[in-house]
Amino acid sequence: MKMKRRDLLKGVAATGAVAALSSFPRPSVAQQASALKFVPQANLANFDPIWGTQYVVRNAAALVWDTLYGVDSTLTPKRQMVESEEVSPDGLTWTFKLRPGLKFHDGEPVRAKDCVASIARWCARDSMGQMLKATQQELTAVDDSTFKWVLSKPYPKMLLALGKPGTPMCFMMPERLAATDPFKQIDDFVGSGPMKFSRAEWKPGATAVFEKFKDYVPRNEPAEWLSGGKVMNFDRIEWVIMPDPATASAALQNGEVDWWETPISDLVPLLKRSRGIKVDIADPLGNVGSFRMNHLYPPFNEVKIRRAVQMALSQEDYMHAVVGSDDSLWKPQLGFFANGTPLYTEAGGEILRGKRDYAAAKRLLTEGGYKGEPVTCLVAQDQAVTKSQGEITADLLKRMGMTVDFVATDWGTVGQRRASKNPPGQGGWSMFHTWHAGADCASPVGNIGIRAGGDKAWFGWPNKPEIDAETAKWYDAKTLDEEKAIIANVNRMGMEHVLYIPTGFFFAYQAWRSNLSGIKNGPIPWFWGVTRT
Amino acid sequence: MIGFVIRRILTTIPVMAFVALFVFSLLYIAPGDPAAVIAGDQASAEDIERIRHGLGLDRPFLVRFAEWTWQILRGDLGTSMFTGLPVTELIKQRIEPTLSLMLVTLAFAITVAVPIGVLAAWKAGGWLDRLFMAFAVLGFSVPVFVAGYLLAYVFALQLDWLPAQGYTPLSQGVWPWFENLILPAIALGFVYIALIARTTRAAMLEVLSQDYVRTARAKGVSEGGILFLHALKNAAVPIVTVIGIGVALLIGGAVVTESVFAIPGLGRLTIDAIVRRDYPLIQGLVLMFSMMYVLVNLAIDLLYTLVDPRIRY
Repeated sequence: MKMKRRDLLKGVAATGAVAALSSFPRPSVAQQASALKFVPQANLANFDPIWGTQYVVRNAAALVWDTLYGVDSTLTPKRQMVESEEVSPDGLTWTFKLRPGLKFHDGEPVRAKDCVASIARWCARDSMGQMLKATQQELTAVDDSTFKWVLSKPYPKMLLALGKPGTPMCFMMPERLAATDPFKQIDDFVGSGPMKFSRAEWKPGATAVFEKFKDYVPRNEPAEWLSGGKVMNFDRIEWVIMPDPATASAALQNGEVDWWETPISDLVPLLKRSRGIKVDIADPLGNVGSFRMNHLYPPFNEVKIRRAVQMALSQEDYMHAVVGSDDSLWKPQLGFFANGTPLYTEAGGEILRGKRDYAAAKRLLTEGGYKGEPVTCLVAQDQAVTKSQGEITADLLKRMGMTVDFVATDWGTVGQRRASKNPPGQGGWSMFHTWHAGADCASPVGNIGIRAGGDKAWFGWPNKPEIDAETAKWYDAKTLDEEKAIIANVNRMGMEHVLYIPTGFFFAYQAWRSNLSGIKNGPIPWFWGVTRT
Repeated sequence: MIGFVIRRILTTIPVMAFVALFVFSLLYIAPGDPAAVIAGDQASAEDIERIRHGLGLDRPFLVRFAEWTWQILRGDLGTSMFTGLPVTELIKQRIEPTLSLMLVTLAFAITVAVPIGVLAAWKAGGWLDRLFMAFAVLGFSVPVFVAGYLLAYVFALQLDWLPAQGYTPLSQGVWPWFENLILPAIALGFVYIALIARTTRAAMLEVLSQDYVRTARAKGVSEGGILFLHALKNAAVPIVTVIGIGVALLIGGAVVTESVFAIPGLGRLTIDAIVRRDYPLIQGLVLMFSMMYVLVNLAIDLLYTLVDPRIRY
């Protein structure tokens, strides 16, 4: 058969017409599917919430593994997998009874011995767990549904430890998984939570899929944060990893995804103007920016020099660099505990308020014996929050007359180099920026920045044992007033010693298609209760 | 010919061995620590050290290199430090989107660029030539991500004709597969079109000045016949060469394009692996890319014999 030019043109035109008909107008992909499509804050590169403590792993794990307790929006721990608990009059023996009907994703019942093994693994990685482990006399299963934990010292914050949202959370895994060395990754993902992890569909860096676990028994109470009935209205949740914010924005506007966890502030005005999209603060507990200094070497081994920076630092400058010109997105943060939470205090933080006094800061630098030593600033360029803070810091230190050695690098390198105790010029460092989730800064539990135990403290290694001693009292406090009094002391001492400098308190947004309802704010994206209308 | 192919394949062995040693050494001395990334911001120095020990990163260079080499010789690229999945599985998950993107881009670019180059040479100095060459300069000048965002804005957000992002496997249908690749292929294809069109034009200009072309015209052969049957075939060697070089460009460009269009391909896998310092994955990917370059070069050499019968191996 011989094809003429005219036949070919007809064929091409017909193909084009078919293609056009089939694609114009395109229905919204996310709306077609029964699945919820979610763009998480980062790639789910591993899936062991004890071995890897990144927030994105914790958030995914909260779908797959349940906890014994879970906090509500007031950060009060509530029963979750536990039906009842009993504590002996001396406060030393805790007995926990599991709810009936709990099952793992492989169909096996959740037994007390699974919980014992899970707690043991968690204790190796968590600061509260380590405190409990240090006083542990016995942790054993009494029967299939009951286990007891005997301590040598009362621990009033027991339920908070088991239900806190900070990483690592105390997730319940089958005993065979929980027996894995806590410093090695598990290779199976049999969970106890409302969704199953679809291992076969996991493409790290691209997609992670969760399927509804039909045998999950939610509690009868309404869901609130990590507590209550975790009722899932979607059979399938697909996490779509999108490293490029502009792409995620386009996908949300086009209806190709339903929910974007972390839209960048530059794109929020556009999303707010877009039809069919809702935008709101993601986490009311916000985040605390941090200027972390190395207390081991000059110049920041001298408190007067740390104090000079504290005196000159403008939180407004830092926050505008981080969140842009939207002043509703940030607040002054004159302490180490998250602004807006019950323990927030400004005791000792007055130095961060008001007009900045560069002249006084320079005088203090001289008094502190600053001799022009280079300040090695580790600035991760691949994280918008650290990059923008780093640029403000370089300008600040130069204006104060300090010599800046600006090391522009990536977060992976900062993560390695900040652990080095070498002098700044020999592979060490003088300062770096990071930020802490407000949920972690709501109490001393996850507030790693306030630890002052020298070698045992967080990077920077501040050494002021009195602060740790004061912080330790909080764990024994029985009332909120007691807690507040202790924390005010901790804050005052920490500010005077300049453990680190908070650069401000800031919020981030989340955005979703307006046909979704039930989306609430919090430190974790709560999928339970979300439905499509 | 077969002897040539075997010889060429054998010469890849020392090349690959050098690449392996180079990459391993480079990663060993490069800053960054996967254990710190895994441990997260809350981890203590002791936690990081224990994870590093668990990953075997505290062992001497030679021990690690020997182990890795032995694995490679057994056809095992190792296991990703982060995901715990075999490197081969991760590459297998991601290779289809990247090959699809390269294939569609290649087809699109050649289909557009070769006629443009031929017509520009035919009308050399005229307005058509200037128009095409201006287009080529534009293609070189506009970064892939700019073209990508503009295309997505117009054709996905404004007109709603095509998806803004994503990839659908070929197994789920030809049109869904193709639909997701149209915008990325056009964005990535601009540079490639510019490169091939300019090379085609230059090669055609040289061929069109040859005596046999004048003879063909004198014999009354149509212009179309002269251009596409006689001249283009004789100008094909440099065009084939530049297409081969362009495959390397495509692999580089795919990294950006895959990010802009959220295509889960090898480019994004490579970037993720580098950012996290996932050493076994980086090493596996670099070895695979090196092998791809070697094979593309071999294919180009073999293509020469098809387009120019004077070339024999």
